[in-house]
Amino acid sequence: MHFLEIIKNLSLVQWAFYFLSILTLYGALGTILSKNPIHSVIYLVVTFFSISGIYIMLNAQFLAAVNVIVYAGAIMVLFLFVLMFLNLKEESTEMKTSPMLIAAVSTGLLLGLILIATIRKAEITRVNYNDFDPNTGLIETLGMVLYKNYMLPFELVSVLFLVAMSGAILLGKREKGESHF
Amino acid sequence: MFESSIDRIPDVFMKVPLVNFVLLATMLFVIGIVGVLIRKNAIIIFMSIELMLNAVNMLLIAFSSYKSDPNGQIFVFFIMAVAAAEVAVGLAIIVMIFRNIKTIDISILNKLRG
Repeated sequence: MHFLEIIKNLSLVQWAFYFLSILTLYGALGTILSKNPIHSVIYLVVTFFSISGIYIMLNAQFLAAVNVIVYAGAIMVLFLFVLMFLNLKEESTEMKTSPMLIAAVSTGLLLGLILIATIRKAEITRVNYNDFDPNTGLIETLGMVLYKNYMLPFELVSVLFLVAMSGAILLGKREKGESHF
Repeated sequence: MFESSIDRIPDVFMKVPLVNFVLLATMLFVIGIVGVLIRKNAIIIFMSIELMLNAVNMLLIAFSSYKSDPNGQIFVFFIMAVAAAEVAVGLAIIVMIFRNIKTIDISILNKLRG
């Protein structure tokens, strides 16, 4: 009864938060548990979209848009492309054997328990009402900070992309005498 | 007239405490770790790493929004850029492995074991 009272008193924002959280965790669990890798990719796209929803709730519109474009758009298409390219016929890549499975799951749960126990002890400050700025996540503020204080890292990222691109091309190039598939 | 500062703050910062976001990110991170440990398919292990990266991103954005400090969100922007580069190179490596040994099952990739 007490639990029902709590559920009845949730406000719209809290409903949105819990809905998005459950969707995120559902997508994450589907990613690691589904047998077919294609289904994993679809579940991961669901997770990324709900994470973008959470970013919008947190007033970070710019990063929500970037998350959709970069993760759900580019990275997941790359994953899907490689999966279809490899065309894994036999579904041999299942879970590990059960002793290892139990060990892995208990390791993960133990880590989660430790983290949650630590977080319960931590003292998390509340929102500071005096100098709260609702425009923090907007593109105007972020652009000013990015091009004023983080100019050099921003330029270095382009060098990183250049190196990554040439590295990917070099790795993907077929060497002489290698078998075709 | 100036509005009172309470009115300027969006609803979510008043009604959902920061610790909820921290717990959600923790659960997402743990799911990612379990995924890395239980799966054998190299591509799904990659996806689990993406999940962990997203958990960290969400944590940084939550802290940066509650503290109204844009530096955290800039950091998330750079993390996304590095993740994109990492995925491109990693998938190229996976394709090359598949081309050489015709599988991406990591239990067969144990040649480096001493």
